[in-house]
Amino acid sequence: MLIIKNLHAEVEGKQILKGLDLKVNAGEVHAIMGPNGAGKSSLASVLAGRENFEVTEGEVDFEGKNLLDMAPEDRAREGVFLAFQYPIEIPGVSNINFLKTALGEIRAYKNLPPLDAKAFLQLSKEKQKLVEFDAKLVNRSLNEGFSGGEKKRNEIFQLAMLEPSLAILDETDSGLDIDALRIVSKGVNKLRSDKNAFIIITHYQRLLEYIVPDFVHVLYDGRIVKSGTKELALELEEKGYDWLKEQSAEKEATTI
Amino acid sequence: MANDNEIIDNIANKEYEFGFVTDIEMDVAPAGLNEDTIRYISAKKNEPEWLLDWRLKGLQSFGKQKLPKWQNFELPAIDFQRISYYAAPKSKKKYDSLDQVDPELLATFEKLGIPLSEQKALAGVAVDVVFDSVSVTTTYKEKLKELGIIFCSFGEAVREHPELVKKYVGSVVPHSDNIFAALNAAAFSDGSFVYIPKGVRCPMELSTYFRINTENTGQFERTLIIADEGSYVSYLEGCTAPMRDENQLHAAVVELIALENAEIKYSTVQNWYPGDKDGKGGIYNFVTKRGICKGANAKISWTQVETGSAITWKYPSVILQGDNSTGEFYSVAVTRNKQIADTGTKMYHIGRNTRSRIISKGISAGQGQNSYRGLVQIGQKADEARNFTQCDSLLIGDKCGAHTFPYIESKNNTATVEHEATTSKIGEDQIFYLNQRGIDSEKAVALIVNGYVREVLNQLPMEFAVEAQKLLSITLEGSVG
Repeated sequence: MLIIKNLHAEVEGKQILKGLDLKVNAGEVHAIMGPNGAGKSSLASVLAGRENFEVTEGEVDFEGKNLLDMAPEDRAREGVFLAFQYPIEIPGVSNINFLKTALGEIRAYKNLPPLDAKAFLQLSKEKQKLVEFDAKLVNRSLNEGFSGGEKKRNEIFQLAMLEPSLAILDETDSGLDIDALRIVSKGVNKLRSDKNAFIIITHYQRLLEYIVPDFVHVLYDGRIVKSGTKELALELEEKGYDWLKEQSAEKEATTI
Repeated sequence: MANDNEIIDNIANKEYEFGFVTDIEMDVAPAGLNEDTIRYISAKKNEPEWLLDWRLKGLQSFGKQKLPKWQNFELPAIDFQRISYYAAPKSKKKYDSLDQVDPELLATFEKLGIPLSEQKALAGVAVDVVFDSVSVTTTYKEKLKELGIIFCSFGEAVREHPELVKKYVGSVVPHSDNIFAALNAAAFSDGSFVYIPKGVRCPMELSTYFRINTENTGQFERTLIIADEGSYVSYLEGCTAPMRDENQLHAAVVELIALENAEIKYSTVQNWYPGDKDGKGGIYNFVTKRGICKGANAKISWTQVETGSAITWKYPSVILQGDNSTGEFYSVAVTRNKQIADTGTKMYHIGRNTRSRIISKGISAGQGQNSYRGLVQIGQKADEARNFTQCDSLLIGDKCGAHTFPYIESKNNTATVEHEATTSKIGEDQIFYLNQRGIDSEKAVALIVNGYVREVLNQLPMEFAVEAQKLLSITLEGSVG
């Protein structure tokens, strides 16, 4: 589904991704871990097409198409969804109206007719139930005055509504208490299928107890320096990142 | 996603969509403002002596007044002697049906998307069309007549109901009020007149479309609406104008009178030619609008959506004379390119327990400058008066400006006055967030703007709200790449 090859990117002249490779197949959940400043959130931004992130080298193939050539909205319409680390507030725009517009645009892109009001409402109710999203928040202004946890849960609700093939969760667990974490994870698990894939960016192993990944990657200094299965996350929890930093530095030294 | 500069460039390059010139023979007065011109206008319209006298008083006031200097923009030099003060389509006949109306004229309305032929049949909107200066046709008159409602051109009211006109004209906006009101009093061309009798609830929205057409013709409309005791009326005013190189002055006057227990709702959508991207051309929209709640429990509500004109300069106001009376002002003002808006309201609390509510939403894009200026005045006798003001500004890009000038004067310490103000900017973050959900930048801006103005658009009658929302989208189209 997603093939990233030798991806280099910079922001304001500063190199942040330095030759990243990653392959994600349908049905897989990949966790990306790593210390602060390693480039985890930058990877999410580059994939989503945030403006000030400039790709200087490498390629990203998404379902046979060159993702890097597409405008951010087209990436979304093709099925790339980013759950934001800090969801944005938009006063005056109701959550439901926003979702109706978004779903309409995505369907139009796929040459599907818009859902009628009744079908849309039905879908919304179904998904609210699925991810345990508070009905009161559906008609409120988009993220305005939401608590941190409510915002993150709204991201998952949107994810459920828009049904993307690839969902990137950017530190969705940050700022969540244990109950919210459980609800969010439960939602994600219900949405997992053999047709979609998840990239879960996180600092902590805690989230991975709830959403069990197929693969775990360690991102350090703009590259994936180690990949493994869920056991790697436990190892990291125990040993920290320092041993990987040293390993990476040695490797760097030998390649030069 | 486009950067801010592209956003600004794109707004600037957006052409005015309603610019075209209708080729109809016009009867135009020679340029210049003097007693002869005034007498010419008055004679052309077969006006009675008392009205001519009033016009001449207006001319005198005009001579004594100076152009104001307090506004938050540089007033362009206006040569009042170069303006022609009267233009009317040559055919003088009154029409019984649309078939008799000049097809060119009808085509103009078709282009504007207000097909009269359809409107006549459609959902009960009676339209008093003011084409330049003379009312061409009035629909639904018969039906309104049954209820005793008078809805006609100002000129006709002068002929048919002189006692009402004489009693109320200039009673809210005197000819000496300000220089543009004086100019209007002297040279007003035509306009609309509405009278709702006691206890009658007007069953349909009354609507007038104004349109400036002849080059170098000032447009000096005068509207007078009287709601007698216990009556209700909702009045709509919508405007578009063709493209011009030379600035055109529009100095209208609107007077509203609500007697005891009466309610007047006055809604405006203004989309006159704003000038090109360099600020060349465009309408000067200097209007004096004021209403008075004369009796107890009366209510006047102004709603305006201002997207056009090179300069919009107006403060629809309410004098709250009757006890328990209510004044409201809901406004959306959009400025882009080099457009200027200096608008707001004045609420004069005179009676006891009077209430006022002000919701102002400014949107600035390009190099547009948007000022809110408002006065809330609480008089000595206005016990328990209450005001709430909310004044928000939205910025698109970083070359535009938003300014707020709220004035509060209270002479009664039982009054409650609240003022809230916010300024926000459509951020790249917001647009990116919506992009990431499959919404392109243009739709994203429209979505954000519609959310921002919703509180005001909700005040408009349903069909008008849809029209206004469309207009806002068209206006801000191309605001992002």
